[in-house]
Amino acid sequence: MYEIRFHGRGGQGAVTAANALAVAAAMEGMYVQAFPVFGVERRGAPVAAFVRIDEKEIDIRSQIYNPDIVVVLDMTLLGAVNVTAGLKKGGILIFNTKKKPGEFSYPDFKVATVDATEIAVRNGLGTQTNPIVNTAILGAYARAVGNVKLESIIEAVKQESPVKKDENAKAVKDAFENTVKGW
Amino acid sequence: MAMKMVLRGNMATAYAAKLARVEVIPAYPITPSTLFPEKISEFVANGELKCQFIKCESEHSAMSACIGASATGARVATATSSQGLALMHEVVFIAAGLRLPIVMAIGNRALSAPINIWCDHQDTIAERDSGWLQFYAEKNQETLDLMLMAFKICEDHRVLLPGMVGMDAFVLTHTMECVDIPEQEEVDRFLPPYKPVYKLDVNNPMTFGAFSSPDNYMEFRYAVHMAMESAVKVIDEVFEEFEKKFGRNYQRVVPFMVEDAEVILVTIGSMTGTAREAVRLLRSKGKKVGLLKITTLRPFPKDLLKKYLKDAKVVVVLERNISLGFGGAVYPEIAAVFANAARRPKIYDFIIGLGGRDIVVEDIVKVYEIAMDALKAKKAEMVEWIGVRKDEIEVIK
Repeated sequence: MYEIRFHGRGGQGAVTAANALAVAAAMEGMYVQAFPVFGVERRGAPVAAFVRIDEKEIDIRSQIYNPDIVVVLDMTLLGAVNVTAGLKKGGILIFNTKKKPGEFSYPDFKVATVDATEIAVRNGLGTQTNPIVNTAILGAYARAVGNVKLESIIEAVKQESPVKKDENAKAVKDAFENTVKGW
Repeated sequence: MAMKMVLRGNMATAYAAKLARVEVIPAYPITPSTLFPEKISEFVANGELKCQFIKCESEHSAMSACIGASATGARVATATSSQGLALMHEVVFIAAGLRLPIVMAIGNRALSAPINIWCDHQDTIAERDSGWLQFYAEKNQETLDLMLMAFKICEDHRVLLPGMVGMDAFVLTHTMECVDIPEQEEVDRFLPPYKPVYKLDVNNPMTFGAFSSPDNYMEFRYAVHMAMESAVKVIDEVFEEFEKKFGRNYQRVVPFMVEDAEVILVTIGSMTGTAREAVRLLRSKGKKVGLLKITTLRPFPKDLLKKYLKDAKVVVVLERNISLGFGGAVYPEIAAVFANAARRPKIYDFIIGLGGRDIVVEDIVKVYEIAMDALKAKKAEMVEWIGVRKDEIEVIK
């Protein structure tokens, strides 16, 4: 079973990203769960969302405390939230940043980076100050993790996006091609 | 071909209402059930569901509208949670007394005060004695299936009572999972239109809910109680037919690894999955543990509980509710099953996960260990709260 945690800020679409990833994995015949940190969401406040993906039916219902993968949509969270909390040794960290993996020091984890903000803005998804990066970051997920195919993610993103389906699909593809793996 | 979708529990119950061709849906939104009326209004606006969707000014009004609509012979559904169900309380009893097979999805949520929107079974437990059938789902597929089956069971002329389908707040209502959506034609064959025995009809006027004197009130109450007893057989029949048609097995009580179990955990709702993981873990260490999930709390499945629990050394009841001043609400009912038995297991009660506190595998393992220690110490009774920071509470004696 893969357990994934998304970190974002209210309004950035971390919950939608988690849902789209679950839909993509389900398209490949996997069993999935996707859920937010249950509570009252406020715009700009730190939020987290979870995904479980398994080949067999998923029994466990608790929140995820020891994820295999952590996805960070907004790097300003690093000062506010311990994004690596409980991340398994050897686990994957995906950052939305202009920096390269070598510029981070996480000896216990594998780091992958993508400039999802630039890709989102270039594809007309939000603005420089308020980019909608949740679809681009899934392209990075497909590249860095590889347990869900790019095609499935593109299909799921199109399905889950209320508007700009093609732009979102393009952002996923661009992010996939521009993700840098530090391992 | 059934369609597979990734859905939240609330959405799954909305799909069930659509597939059941519900004719009237009066609703008032409340967290965490709001997605139900949202999705229904979308279905109605899109023309996907031909249904009278009534936006009410309160839950009391919503249930009142359900009662009026159901009395005309329409198939009726709604959804609510927590304070919404509490506000309905007065009319919830009336729906049962009038023998109206309304089906209601409940996002099981804690009651105030303090205000809390998270998972807890207190809201439906508080309506336990209302004359409504009570089903509890473990996962989103079950929310859809139980909702569909609830119509068939409740509308059966041997039952004619309303039913509620409980799903855990957020853990099911807001969690996306794979759900098989059956074909409309298959559902139509399984669930034909509702045929009332009596209905409000201008051409054949009659009174519903008339005044009842001490001379006949007891007979009305007895009739409802007998309908609950009849529901046991109807539920088993409908579960069997559902399995034949849709391939998914349902039982009023679902056993897991109970055959040789010395300790049997009893659960309701979504905590069952986590408990199943804990049972697997304990079994891998050679512990003889089993699990029973209660799907139907009303009618109470005393026959099956007796069957599965009678040879256990310890029965551990895990409850997301508290009857303040006593203990969990299900514990005394299970104890009553064995009250007059010559040989009976020790029965211990654990209050867990109130107000959405997360239940993890380690909690269930801890419950097992506490129960085993109590057995060794030959404790006669026990109501234990799991994970409560008792040192933070100032008790004035």
